[in-house]
Amino acid sequence: MSHYQNAGQGNIFADSIKHALIAAILTVLMLMPIFALHIEPPRPPETALSLSYEWSFLLYGAAAVFCFQLIRPFLSKGLSGLPRFTTPELTPRHQQLALCLLLLGAFAVLAFGDRAQISIGQLAMIYVILALGLNIVVGFAGLLNLGYAGFYAIGGYTYAVLNIHYGLGFWQSLPIAVVLAAITGLVLGFPVLRLRGDYLAIVTLGFGEIIRLVARNIDFLGGPGGLNGVSKPSVFGYEMALRPSQEGVQTFHQIMGWKFQTIHMQYYLYILGIFFAVCAVLVAIRVSRMPIGRALEAMREDEIACRSLGLNPTALKLIAFTLGAGFAGVAGALFAAKQGSVSPEAFTFLESVLILVAVVVGGMGSLLGVIVGGILIAVLVTTGTGFAEYRMLYFGAILVIMMIWRPQGLLPVGRRQVKVKA
Amino acid sequence: MTDFLSQFFQQLINGLSIGAIYALIAIGYTMVYGIVGMINFAHGEIYMIGAYVGLVVLTAFGAASGLPVPVILGSALLISAAVTGLYGYAVEQVAYKPLRGAPRLVPLISALGVSVFLQNYVALGQGAYDLAVPDILSGTWSFSLGGQFDVTFSYSRMLIIAVTVILMVALTMFIKHSRLGQACRACSQDMSMANLLGIDTNRVISFTFMLGAVLAAVGGVLVGQSTGKINPFIGFIIGMKAFTAAVLGGIGSIPGAMLGGFVLGLVETFAQGYWSSEYKDVISFGLLILVLLFLPTGLLGKSSMEKV
Repeated sequence: MSHYQNAGQGNIFADSIKHALIAAILTVLMLMPIFALHIEPPRPPETALSLSYEWSFLLYGAAAVFCFQLIRPFLSKGLSGLPRFTTPELTPRHQQLALCLLLLGAFAVLAFGDRAQISIGQLAMIYVILALGLNIVVGFAGLLNLGYAGFYAIGGYTYAVLNIHYGLGFWQSLPIAVVLAAITGLVLGFPVLRLRGDYLAIVTLGFGEIIRLVARNIDFLGGPGGLNGVSKPSVFGYEMALRPSQEGVQTFHQIMGWKFQTIHMQYYLYILGIFFAVCAVLVAIRVSRMPIGRALEAMREDEIACRSLGLNPTALKLIAFTLGAGFAGVAGALFAAKQGSVSPEAFTFLESVLILVAVVVGGMGSLLGVIVGGILIAVLVTTGTGFAEYRMLYFGAILVIMMIWRPQGLLPVGRRQVKVKA
Repeated sequence: MTDFLSQFFQQLINGLSIGAIYALIAIGYTMVYGIVGMINFAHGEIYMIGAYVGLVVLTAFGAASGLPVPVILGSALLISAAVTGLYGYAVEQVAYKPLRGAPRLVPLISALGVSVFLQNYVALGQGAYDLAVPDILSGTWSFSLGGQFDVTFSYSRMLIIAVTVILMVALTMFIKHSRLGQACRACSQDMSMANLLGIDTNRVISFTFMLGAVLAAVGGVLVGQSTGKINPFIGFIIGMKAFTAAVLGGIGSIPGAMLGGFVLGLVETFAQGYWSSEYKDVISFGLLILVLLFLPTGLLGKSSMEKV
């Protein structure tokens, strides 16, 4: 009896070595043309391409795959015994506490941060707003929108155009930017919403790209270079500048009796970011608690059942699309104000992917999760040059890993439920 | 009038050759969709990898080696197809296989991740810049229709059309008559039934991904010859176009993908030639949207109702 068992185990071991070897060889074959044989572009007098060789990476890759394949059977056996890693289920009370802590952290950055950190903070607030908006569409309604950067672009371009071509300020442009983005969401939503999930994703991707390509080709919108020289927002109608742009008007600093410093503008933009992010959180919380939010979630789970219960899926989806686009409009106007410029390159498909990563990592449908996701993305996007090169590589891998390992995200929401006492 | 005619012929030839590439890639989308029911978003990137592997082979065996042109091109096609096939297999094993039976959006997001990953993976390995593809098969054949200018038909375009037609005939025969082809058809009709009848569905799925990747790789090598340059980001837009072709023909149907590819190539070339080339990509994306909205079942597809 024991003899047979031993033989069986020996076979398993020999098998796993064989598998690991095959995997390692395949890895070498796959990596070789990309990493080992590097195509050198020709130096000016020559015209022919040449190859340079770099074998070390190949070796590491093959060794890593070999080891991983070898221990994989034992790994899955060993891990199945261990309790699964879980993040604690968040009650609404915990969630409120965490939100307050995050807000406190935001103000701590304001109080103690230097110029670079404030700048990251501004971007983080923009991404929080974007993630919350996309969360309404993807998380609540379950519609995968891959063209979200298009609405973001509409917000940014609206403010830039109104400011540069028509001389309107931030506060006058903001409502127009939001309304325009929302209307675009509504108009694009109409034809799109008859489609099934995956087709809808592709069509929204197409719309997002079209918005960007049109902006690239229209001179009024600055063409490929975009629009530069967008002015900063004013404070209660007073400019925040060293000298007023018109005669006989006081600047904010003169009224307050402060000495002018350029960093004040950064503080102000950051405070605006926090303000709008808090507004976005409040709106998102309201939406998730209102009948509309519940209906959206129900529709995500089962559209046909919803329809038979008398809900109107088209109207619901349109509301989700419009709301989400409105959020992007706010974020876009803020972005244009922060950068002082807009260009088509700021609103590429990869931008949509980044926002999606924020939502997916945080947990689709989880408010706290997507807020944390948005902050994470902003920090990762702006950190050091060493990371920047591999950034999108990591983000791609994160999407795959999250889908396999934790499709519900890092901070998933518990389902709202009522326990009935027996 | 003759001018118009020769221009028309020129556009026709250009459209057919670019359509052939779309058709090759569209087959990968349509087969995967037919069997697994997901959009393999990363398929465009697989094509890009095919183009890169092909370029590596062309550089290694390049003009300096003194080998005859058919040998160089043949080895580029074969090696690229083999390596890219492995990529197709690996992508399926790593990113899609653990997600079988998950809700629809989950594999789509995973595929999106693979797509972004592969773009930057190649950008990291080979550099994020344009590389000029050496023109192995230079030369053109031109004929005149009596107008102001001649219609030119470059050898590389001829090669594209010839190789594509040969591959399509071979694929059709294979799907129709071989055992594995029959297994593919059985799986696309009813996966669980095929499984019950003893078909190794995992093997069929892996095979589908590899076959799609092989065809995309051939497309990648050939298009490099035709357009003259490649970079790590070419996969995205051509992948979208091939997907449009697959939907246009009726997703899930292999002859549909072939037809859709050629139709799309022609429409695009004529729209560019007679209207505007500045809005080239806008036209493609617009077509994609129009097709998805008004012709979601495609020219040769079956309509399906979602049931409870």
